[in-house]
Amino acid sequence: MKYWRVPLDADQIEVTRGIVHIVAERCKGCGYCIAFCPRDVLEVSPRYNAKGYHPPQVKRADECVNCHYCEIICPDFAIYSVEASADLV
Amino acid sequence: MNKTKERNEHPLDELLRTDRIPHIWCPGCGIGTAFSASLVAMKTSAIDLQKTVMVSGIGCSGRGAGYIKLDSYHTTHGRAIPFATGMKLANPELNVVVFSGDGDLFAIGGNHFIHAARRNIDLTVVCVNNFNYGMTGGQAAATTPCNARTTTTPRGNPETPFNLPFMAFAAGASYVARWTILHTRDLTKSVEEALLRRGFSFIEVLAPCPTSYGRRNKQKPLDTLKAYQERTVIKHACHPAEVQLDFERGITLGKFFDLERPTFLDMYDRTCRPQERIEKSEAV
Repeated sequence: MKYWRVPLDADQIEVTRGIVHIVAERCKGCGYCIAFCPRDVLEVSPRYNAKGYHPPQVKRADECVNCHYCEIICPDFAIYSVEASADLV
Repeated sequence: MNKTKERNEHPLDELLRTDRIPHIWCPGCGIGTAFSASLVAMKTSAIDLQKTVMVSGIGCSGRGAGYIKLDSYHTTHGRAIPFATGMKLANPELNVVVFSGDGDLFAIGGNHFIHAARRNIDLTVVCVNNFNYGMTGGQAAATTPCNARTTTTPRGNPETPFNLPFMAFAAGASYVARWTILHTRDLTKSVEEALLRRGFSFIEVLAPCPTSYGRRNKQKPLDTLKAYQERTVIKHACHPAEVQLDFERGITLGKFFDLERPTFLDMYDRTCRPQERIEKSEAV
């Protein structure tokens, strides 16, 4: 996303980092998480899951800001994100 | 330290009967999102989940009761609200959530809905509106938009659909809102408010039905969501009579009405059990 000006307190804002987890076997390949991710983190994976759908895969892991939108739009409880620091410990 | 290590537990798994997941809803169906938004709202609203019941009728959305790991009832067709009413009156401590579809709540169960709203029974009704009878093969329902094609209206639907928020408002509901599955955060917040609101709360959730409705109206699931993104207007406190639902002219979303009034149990106690009320107030 491009801003036409930088917020005055931009240097004080800490951007959260997230890690996306995909439960591939639950996915039905609707593509909502891929289409509506605000940071364009996900893409269609070439591999199949057991039901024959293409689950998403993480394309740009560093871009995730842990907004949870993929988690709440997913109709199949197949994707979620956790905050990076908590996960890396 | 593997950043992408496989994890198989979802944050909502504690509220799901995971042995039944993946659920039966089709790829791209919006019911799953509406269901997960309801579960998140139940978690975040901090209501006692041991005293929360989900009631569903028949239809695709009616399967919701089978997937939640709380007390739940999968009732007969159209009769989710009568079951819920009975449960609430027998045990007023319960938080009763009705999660069902438009065909169930408004076609066969239409009168039950009207009268529950009129009596202002303390229920939370989440109605997933996918514009047709999805489970039986995509027949025209009471909510199918005019000119839409379904199995039973191959040349377009000649009928005018129900305006569900207006009906709920006119019948006397305390809380009326409409969202789509794309507006998941607003939807979750709305369900949360409705759970905490005393009285009859009604939330209509627009959801794509790619297999039945979408296929006959040339709407791929992502197209439907794009339409939700482009043609919806959020107007809080809009009068329900002016609420639009038209894929060409626009779809009005928002919280249309929110006003507390005495529930059925309050009125019943006041009218039929005045003695007990006096004793209770003396005890306090």
